[in-house]
Amino acid sequence: MDLTLKVWRQADRKSKGNFETYQIKDISPDSSFLEMLDELNEQLIREGIEPVAFDHDCREGICGMCSLFINGRAHGPGHETTTCQLHMRKFKDGDTIVIEPWRAGAFPVIKDLVVDRGAFDKILQAGGFISVNTGNAQDANAIPIKKFQSDEAMDAAACIGCGACVATCKNSSAMLFVASKVSHLALLPQGKVEAVRRAKAMVAKMDELGFGSCTNTGACEVECPKGITLTHIARLNREFLSANLKP
Amino acid sequence: MKLDGKIPAGTIAEKWSNYKASQNLVNPANKRKFDVIVVGTGLGGASAAASLAELGFKVKIFCYQDTPRRAHSIAAQGGINAAKNYQNDGDSIYRLFYDTVKGGDYRSREANVYRLAEVSNQIIDQCVAQGVPFARDYGGYLANRSFGGALVSRTFYARGQTGQQLLLGAYGALNRQIAAGNVTLYTRTEMMDLVMVDGHARGIVTRSLLDGKLDTHFGHAVVLATGGYGNVYFLSTNAMGSNISAAWRAHQKGALFANPAFVQIHPTCIPVHGTAQSKLTLMSESLRNDGRIWVPKNKEDAEKIRAGKLKPVDIPEENRDYYLERRYPAFGNLVPRDVASRAAKERCDAGYGVGTGKAVYLDFQDAIKRLGKDVIEARYGNLFQMYEKIVDHNPYETPMMIYPAIHYTMGGLWVDYELQTTIPGLFAIGEVNFSDHGANRLGASALMQGLADGYFVLPFTIQNYLADQLSLKRMDPAEHPEFKTALEQTRSRIDKLFKIKGTRSVDSIHKELGHIMWDHVGMARTKENLEAGIEKIAKLRDEFWQNVHIPGRDDTINLELEKANRLADFLELGELMARDALHREESCGGHFREEYKTEEGEALRNDKDFMYVAAWGYKGAGKAPELNKEPLSFEYIEVKTRNYK
Ligand SMILES: Cc1cc2nc3c(=O)[nH]c(=O)nc-3n(C[C@H](O)[C@H](O)[C@H](O)COP(=O)(O)OP(=O)(O)OC[C@H]3O[C@@H](n4cnc5c(N)ncnc54)[C@H](O)[C@@H]3O)c2cc1C
Ligand code: SF4
Ligand code: FES
Repeated sequence: MDLTLKVWRQADRKSKGNFETYQIKDISPDSSFLEMLDELNEQLIREGIEPVAFDHDCREGICGMCSLFINGRAHGPGHETTTCQLHMRKFKDGDTIVIEPWRAGAFPVIKDLVVDRGAFDKILQAGGFISVNTGNAQDANAIPIKKFQSDEAMDAAACIGCGACVATCKNSSAMLFVASKVSHLALLPQGKVEAVRRAKAMVAKMDELGFGSCTNTGACEVECPKGITLTHIARLNREFLSANLKP
Repeated sequence: MKLDGKIPAGTIAEKWSNYKASQNLVNPANKRKFDVIVVGTGLGGASAAASLAELGFKVKIFCYQDTPRRAHSIAAQGGINAAKNYQNDGDSIYRLFYDTVKGGDYRSREANVYRLAEVSNQIIDQCVAQGVPFARDYGGYLANRSFGGALVSRTFYARGQTGQQLLLGAYGALNRQIAAGNVTLYTRTEMMDLVMVDGHARGIVTRSLLDGKLDTHFGHAVVLATGGYGNVYFLSTNAMGSNISAAWRAHQKGALFANPAFVQIHPTCIPVHGTAQSKLTLMSESLRNDGRIWVPKNKEDAEKIRAGKLKPVDIPEENRDYYLERRYPAFGNLVPRDVASRAAKERCDAGYGVGTGKAVYLDFQDAIKRLGKDVIEARYGNLFQMYEKIVDHNPYETPMMIYPAIHYTMGGLWVDYELQTTIPGLFAIGEVNFSDHGANRLGASALMQGLADGYFVLPFTIQNYLADQLSLKRMDPAEHPEFKTALEQTRSRIDKLFKIKGTRSVDSIHKELGHIMWDHVGMARTKENLEAGIEKIAKLRDEFWQNVHIPGRDDTINLELEKANRLADFLELGELMARDALHREESCGGHFREEYKTEEGEALRNDKDFMYVAAWGYKGAGKAPELNKEPLSFEYIEVKTRNYK
């Protein structure tokens, strides 16, 4: 298939950036979106143009490194699909595709389509863990955990830290990301001990780093490639933020 | 060089306890006086850095991704082994040890493997304490599944995302230490060289992938946890950035590289679709618990399927060849990976392949009939979804198509029992070392090894080295001549790459290398073919250094430069792999030489001449490497021909 690509180009953090238009031919519908970008870059190199910088690594939907706003949607048109899992068969011959970086104050653009998501690490460093030293653990089966509870923790833990929720939210809120981590750990007996302190510390850090507040538009849930649901945000609000709980 | 594995005294069950009882430790007050550099944030690196920091050491940790949580361990799907025997099916530390040594075709070091099995149970305890949501049954207890090469059910899993959950656990522990100020994290930072002072590893040179800035870092010891080198084949299940560069730099400075030819080809991957393909996707081995592998019994049917004139569901039961069940009735679809891969290749080469001809079926119809779609969905839902996204076929209705692909590398830096390389002060953990899997790794054992190394082995063994280094003052890398020289060497290597200004893109050369490796150093190797491969790799390496083109500048994100840096090392490693494969005149595990097989086509080991670890010394690019041998002996396991029939 032949395509027209409108790609955001930006030399560095400080430059303004603009869209450039490129034509690309003979793309196989079985190629992934990133393989299509690989081909674009090969073409640009041949033409003496600097290739487009974009983030990616695992290319199988699990590392969370790929991003991209494609035709106005985080991770493009697929449902519960990361950009690297998107295949060109979702597009038609002759289509124009607009490709932009994540846009959020807390995720500054570094170059072209690459953004800085370091703020997510900072939020997790503020408390997104269980405080247990290596060697401290008792037998793994000592505390039975109800299956549904452990399954729900796993649902929440599936977050890949991609940032699509932030990019797609009009307030650039990181609530879905934060809530998924809070739920994951709070649902397990091992994580309950620190649950309140953890939730408060992470939310405070999120606010400090310039993420917006959550107004429950639900856009994040729609675009999350891992199907993380708003129930986690509800739990965070209900159990940890509304009441004046002691940490 | 005489290789000393430093295996402790005592019976196999006592060795690790004996070691711990007699090793040197660093006293608590002195620990903060030591800097340890850890390169890599996967299961190996993250668990080691967190544990070292908890003990009080000052740690600097590096990764090339934008956050530690994206290290390729995140992609592991199927599970992690441990000898808990929660299923009461007869598992034990000895049995896990036995299975691992046998699975590795008797090419691993007994003492290391036993220790691995011994600490495996603690890993599961630790991970549960960290909040890893392993699968559970309705009673609330941990669930297990089976993996290839074992007759017990000892694999713990978190849906199809076990690696992700284990890594998030280790990353959490790491974050806690970063917040406490004990670990300094450097992301988007690539190790470019190892710095040696007076024969010891004392630091590294790094390059920022954001602005190209070169830097140097001092450590009393350096730990490499940089993962495997499957990407030498271009197409593999590894992440795009996975590379050998850090280990190769160490190799060039004197660290021996062991068993480079031992590569694992995973039997259940999604087949190649075309030339633009950038990577291959694994379908977890756990699928072989319920899926049955087959090809048509009649060539005509296979031809019709390839031509699109027949569908797999149209082929009646009696015309299907469940070739693994036929050839290996005892283990059936759960034979080890190397055996399953070769059997698939054999059928496809003989003309029975489906799809493009390089694919076989993995069929769930029987399992769906027996257990119901819901159960299959609960077990493998996300894998089925992943398959459908890529191939656009629904595996609940039509069998999956799979084919072997490069997946894991058993070879790596040679390490002794303490996980120290032949360079004092340089340690290697996780997939980058060669230690525990011999010539073939069993499923769900890499995660176990990475975490065993990082949580429970290295944090102790490294102290035996550090205890002697107490008088070594912290060095100022900005002032120290060895650091400055290493930095300049890195600078000139980058300049040299830019100056070539040739006509070929990095990927085009990498793809060519991949084809050479797959055709010459792939699943079935011969003397002739390997010799031809060595020549081709050498030629391609020249082509690279004369004709590669790197656009753009050095002081910004430059993906082409990053790739070129890594490819330059793969071009040397590829040759070493071929040489190792050529010298090993036997078939064992993942290394299969056509000249050495039984009449039935099974691998034929030669224990008399090759029961050793081949540890290669670097003599310069294109120069014949030096072979060192660490003989292997098996006191606690009777060495037999592997038999899965
Ligand atoms: C798709 C897939 C599925 C798998 N499934 C399983 C499974 O179910 N069970 C199992 O036991 N095993 C499995 N494995 C194998 C297992 O995941 C790996 O062997 C293991 O995770 C490797 O961990 P590691 O810590 O050694 O390296 P990695 O996790 O690969 O981490 C490497 C780290 O090194 C860093 N790095 C590399 N080079 C440099 C450099 N030059 N400078 C700075 N940093 C660098 C990277 O940034 C990264 O942080 C699977 C592997 C794959 C590919
Ligand atoms: S919650 Fe979903 S969209 Fe947000 S970071 Fe996690 S996986 Fe990505
Ligand atoms: S590249 Fe890893 S999730 Fe897309």
